[in-house]
Amino acid sequence: MENHYFVDSDKLSEAALKKKHLLETDPSSRTNHMEYMEGMERIKSDIMDKVMTEMKNYDYSQYTARDVNAALNRETCTVEDFKALLSPAAEPFLEKMAQRAKLETQKHFGNTVYLFTPLYIANYCENYCVYCGFNCYNDIKRMKLNMEQIEHEMKVIADSGMEEILILTGESRAQSSVEYIGEACKLARKYFRMVGIEVYPLNTDEYKYLHECGVDYVTVFQETYDSDRYEQLHLMGHKRVWPYRFEAQERVLMGGMRGIACSALLGLSDFRKDALASALHVYYLQRKYPQAEISLSCPRLRPIINNDEINPLDVHEKQLCQILCAYRIFLPFCGITVSSRESESFRNGIVKIAATKVSAGVSTGIGDHESKYTGKESEAAEGDEQFEINDGRSFDKMYKDMSEEGLQPVLNDYLYV
Amino acid sequence: MKDDKLIIGGHEFSSRFILGSGKYSLSLIEAAVKYAGAEIITLAVRRTNSKDHENILDYIPEGVTLLPNTSGARNADEAVRIARLARELGCGDFVKIEIMRDTKYLLPDNQETVRATEILAKEGFVVMPYMYPDLNTARDLVNAGAASVMPLASPIGSNKGLATKDFIQILIDEIDLPIIVDAGIGRPSQACEAMEMGAAAVMSNTALATAGDLPVMAEAFKQAIEAGRKAYLSGLGRVLTRGASPSDTLTGFLRD
Repeated sequence: MENHYFVDSDKLSEAALKKKHLLETDPSSRTNHMEYMEGMERIKSDIMDKVMTEMKNYDYSQYTARDVNAALNRETCTVEDFKALLSPAAEPFLEKMAQRAKLETQKHFGNTVYLFTPLYIANYCENYCVYCGFNCYNDIKRMKLNMEQIEHEMKVIADSGMEEILILTGESRAQSSVEYIGEACKLARKYFRMVGIEVYPLNTDEYKYLHECGVDYVTVFQETYDSDRYEQLHLMGHKRVWPYRFEAQERVLMGGMRGIACSALLGLSDFRKDALASALHVYYLQRKYPQAEISLSCPRLRPIINNDEINPLDVHEKQLCQILCAYRIFLPFCGITVSSRESESFRNGIVKIAATKVSAGVSTGIGDHESKYTGKESEAAEGDEQFEINDGRSFDKMYKDMSEEGLQPVLNDYLYV
Repeated sequence: MKDDKLIIGGHEFSSRFILGSGKYSLSLIEAAVKYAGAEIITLAVRRTNSKDHENILDYIPEGVTLLPNTSGARNADEAVRIARLARELGCGDFVKIEIMRDTKYLLPDNQETVRATEILAKEGFVVMPYMYPDLNTARDLVNAGAASVMPLASPIGSNKGLATKDFIQILIDEIDLPIIVDAGIGRPSQACEAMEMGAAAVMSNTALATAGDLPVMAEAFKQAIEAGRKAYLSGLGRVLTRGASPSDTLTGFLRD
């Protein structure tokens, strides 16, 4: 089964359509995705090679029930054990894996669950990533908030009770410059105790600058660790450069930030290999930067505006749960975030097993928090969403629901020092 | 036994159970105070830094001494800043120094801990440093002005008990400050063992937080700690751990 990603907008010019079709059909029309573009910093690191070698050699059909049992009975989960836990042979052991994962989560995080919300401040994008609602060929309402609008959004969110925010933009350096992001983060520090960003990958000095603006946590999703598949999905723009993206977390840490988050977008490629690579990325980063606070996400593909057929293919809730349990057993210290892409019932269940952080009061659109939070018709323009969310619970509802599940919601566990 | 007080930095406590931080909830704090008799409760300053919804400071009963910790600090300077912030927030003069450069095992950095202890003791804090049980470091901490020394029993959150037992015993034998066993105590029997060895107090969190029945486990800890303390004071503990006396002496042949 395949997703059908290509959608033509009738608003595109003939020349634009021609270029789009050429990119889609003729690989030779595309740039080399393994080659750094001008201005992209190169660093010295062997993490990429290590992760890629393990991923290439991973044959999950080799693992048996015996391997899974052995993995579950060992106190420390090795890389080999983790591979067994991700394999199809582990599927019948899901309940056992969940029990073990729950123990590990409790040991390291107790009964707490962290809450946060994303804030999209711009949806302009220079890339053609075929599965993404913000892609430059997709016909959506584009928008970039000015500082006044950003502050208004932040006030609305802060008033809801939220203390941690993740600021996002589409990947456009021209529209959303590093300085623009920096100014937004300075504002965010006025309203929130913890500020993270999820923006296009930057160089070390730029991360350093954003750290000075108040950011201490950076999320960069690799989308897929299979570089050949990545090439077929990210057809144009700087995002096409796969290794520069891979090394983003290291540059973040070299820039002085405290925390990083990694992930693959499940459903783009072979999910078992992507899950293996995501966790190994974290594993090797932790060994090299033991002081870093690292977390993993586990997003699955969702429908987007103009293409409601996009779905996570063979990554059903059961597979997602298996991946999350395996992550937890292999990386007991690692934060695990489950976003509003997942359903209310899934999130209520998974926070009791493996997840440590959930979002609430989520909008992936631009400038629409007031209308979404209060139901009040907004007079200002709004920009379209990146993808359709699944769990639309407000902050209050999430706080209440998590408490009722027997968990302690934590709004902030953070101190700028 | 009645006058057997735990004295830290000139402050007297009757209870030798200290509730650690990390995993917290209202019911945990209640159980620790009511059933385990805790008079000192640790709290992470990074958690008190919250707005209306869930400020842990609101959960602390009156009469309980707060022991703010510096978790999140990666070096001495950060720990010092967090300690000062705790004082500003009204958490009192006690501070537990926690400095970690490793987010996986959360092992303390002894060297930076000595440095932070020296700075904070000079500023009038009652400094209780969390450390890896090393005699040289413990001596440095004494010289730096620490009010107690808090060696770890095993990795934090592991519930594995006294993995570093022999080294903690050395600290108990050689250091004149209260030795408070911190981290890794998973069962009442382990807490009892630490107290039999001569530890001044035991700090625990995960063992309680993850127990099936919180109040019952809290009470079990209280009783275990009291039993261990009594055994230590009675002198039996030392006889047992250092070997029994043989009935026929080896030196009985000596004539003059």
